[in-house]
Amino acid sequence: MSDKRSIRGFATFPEDVISEIQRAANTGVYDIRGLGARRQVPSFDDLVFLGASMSRYPLEGYREACGVDVVLGDRFAKKPIELKVPITIAGMSFGALGANAKEALGRGASAAGTSTTTGDGGMTQEERGHSNLLVYQVLPSRYGMNPDDLRRADAIEIVVGQGAKPGGGGMLLGQKITERVAGMRTLPEGIDQRSACRHPDWTGPDDLEIKINELREITDWQKPIYVKVGAARPYYDTALSVKSGADVVVVDGMQGGTAATQDVFIEHVGIPTLPAVREAVRALKELDMHRKVQLIVSGGIRTGADVAKAMALGADAVSIGSAAMIALNCNRPLYVEDYEALGTAPGACAHCHTGRCPVGVATQDPELEARLDPEMAGRRVANYLQVMTLEAQTLARANGKSHLRNLEPEDLAALTVEGASMSQEPLAGSNWVPGRP
Amino acid sequence: MTQNTEFDLTKHTVRELNAALHAAEEGSFTVLNTGGAHALACGLNAPLEVTLKGHAGYYAGGMNKEASVVVEGNVGTGCAENIMSGVVRVMGDASQSLGASGHGGLVVCEGSASARAGISMKGVDIVVGGDVGHMSGFMAQAGRLVVLGDAGADLGDSIYEAEIFVRGDVVSLGADCEQKPMDPAHVDALGALLRQAGLDADPASFTRYGSARTLYNFHIDNAGEG
Repeated sequence: MSDKRSIRGFATFPEDVISEIQRAANTGVYDIRGLGARRQVPSFDDLVFLGASMSRYPLEGYREACGVDVVLGDRFAKKPIELKVPITIAGMSFGALGANAKEALGRGASAAGTSTTTGDGGMTQEERGHSNLLVYQVLPSRYGMNPDDLRRADAIEIVVGQGAKPGGGGMLLGQKITERVAGMRTLPEGIDQRSACRHPDWTGPDDLEIKINELREITDWQKPIYVKVGAARPYYDTALSVKSGADVVVVDGMQGGTAATQDVFIEHVGIPTLPAVREAVRALKELDMHRKVQLIVSGGIRTGADVAKAMALGADAVSIGSAAMIALNCNRPLYVEDYEALGTAPGACAHCHTGRCPVGVATQDPELEARLDPEMAGRRVANYLQVMTLEAQTLARANGKSHLRNLEPEDLAALTVEGASMSQEPLAGSNWVPGRP
Repeated sequence: MTQNTEFDLTKHTVRELNAALHAAEEGSFTVLNTGGAHALACGLNAPLEVTLKGHAGYYAGGMNKEASVVVEGNVGTGCAENIMSGVVRVMGDASQSLGASGHGGLVVCEGSASARAGISMKGVDIVVGGDVGHMSGFMAQAGRLVVLGDAGADLGDSIYEAEIFVRGDVVSLGADCEQKPMDPAHVDALGALLRQAGLDADPASFTRYGSARTLYNFHIDNAGEG
């Protein structure tokens, strides 16, 4: 008879590590998956709002106004973007997502008064038709890149990198390269598609400045131009984006998702969103460009609390990708047998790369895609955006702020030493900020 | 006879030039004192005839549709990038990324082109009278890259379904790029393209390169694992 108290595992080799070593040994290939980092990293959960007290007057909920609108891209563009809420939908490709999902995101964003974003592979009629405000991404692959779409977009986003894989190119496995996706990307049907990690016609910030100028010339200086970077060196990347002439800088932390990337890349490259915000804001302030060049923060934004904390640290708006997919139904316990067939379960699924999305979000399979009603799903996205906005307003009012943009670092404290260090907020109950004398 | 409009860039800005070209539905335009400026005649969207009298900087004729753009000089990086249709002709030499990601139309460089000519090309035809630099035809998806001179290292690296024709020497082929048979049909088609480009060469003297298609699928035995 065995004594369970004597059975002891290995801290260095827990079950999941043993499983991964043996999977690698059996297959000889690395693990590819979707979504973002599974590991716990310091986040906005490491911060709390202080709320009002003797020296801060709260605003009355429901009766006293708390503004949430934001204007993006008024540095150079003739037609800046005016959002009713400061939460945008991040770039996700048609190909990675199905047409119904793209339509639903457009419907939800439009109902809430915000923008959605294309992705690798170009613009579809579904998303343009249902998105009142659509940001058109210019990516290294230039799949589906088209000057007509550039002109009918409301803003342009040059993607230098993304939080899930700063320094990596894209992947879209053959299961999702259907006839329509292949046609949009000028690729053979069914092949595993690789996207370049560097742009084909510019290298470095000096070139980027000239590239941005070209895009402005092509669009007659009408459109705001965003530059999106993965959170690698956000202080320098933000400064160089400003130097290159960006109207808006988008900083995407390591919790941000992807359609398909090596697991080792997702988990081990880039820094979390929390320190990235602080570093990006520091760069903007040092250049006296804070609020002149707007900052959008993304990567693991889930709640109105995350929105409010990002804005208190200095962001002008946030962007959501994975959370928007979850609002669509991603990882919802429906069609559980299909999750099981993939070897996973609701709440843990990251099989976007397989094209076998049980809930019809990240798929090109017509039968699976039919499981997502774009109208109903769009309503869920709108509801979710509304809830996040109301939550953020609640927190802003509690801190005496009549507009989300008035939230400030002084409204926050850190619960952990790591959070205090990364955000440069004082540890709760003290004045101590790690690294400061 | 089509009226010609002159733009002197010592008197007008590039922004004024491009705005006028975008507003025009037809016509002929001559641009003087180009001074190597960037983004000249980019984003054109009508059957215009534009002549740049001198050198141009980055992205000359970028994203061209329908128009015919002639550069009587050299060009910088990304000339005719993402061209959709029409013709961009460079009478001198071109810097990097000539015709990058071009979807259609014709790009002619009468001189030589630097590195990455035809990178990520998606259907454009690019004809280079001289040599091309390293990594030309990188990730080329569709269309034809024709080189009358020599090609640098790693030609056609990670190429998809584009075709590359080189008359001279190739320093080395990139990953997944291989020599292909040159059938009579290829000779005829190449001859027609050379005539269209206005460059004189025997099409039978070219070697054809394309994808070995060994990189088209990852080994994804792990796709179903959690």
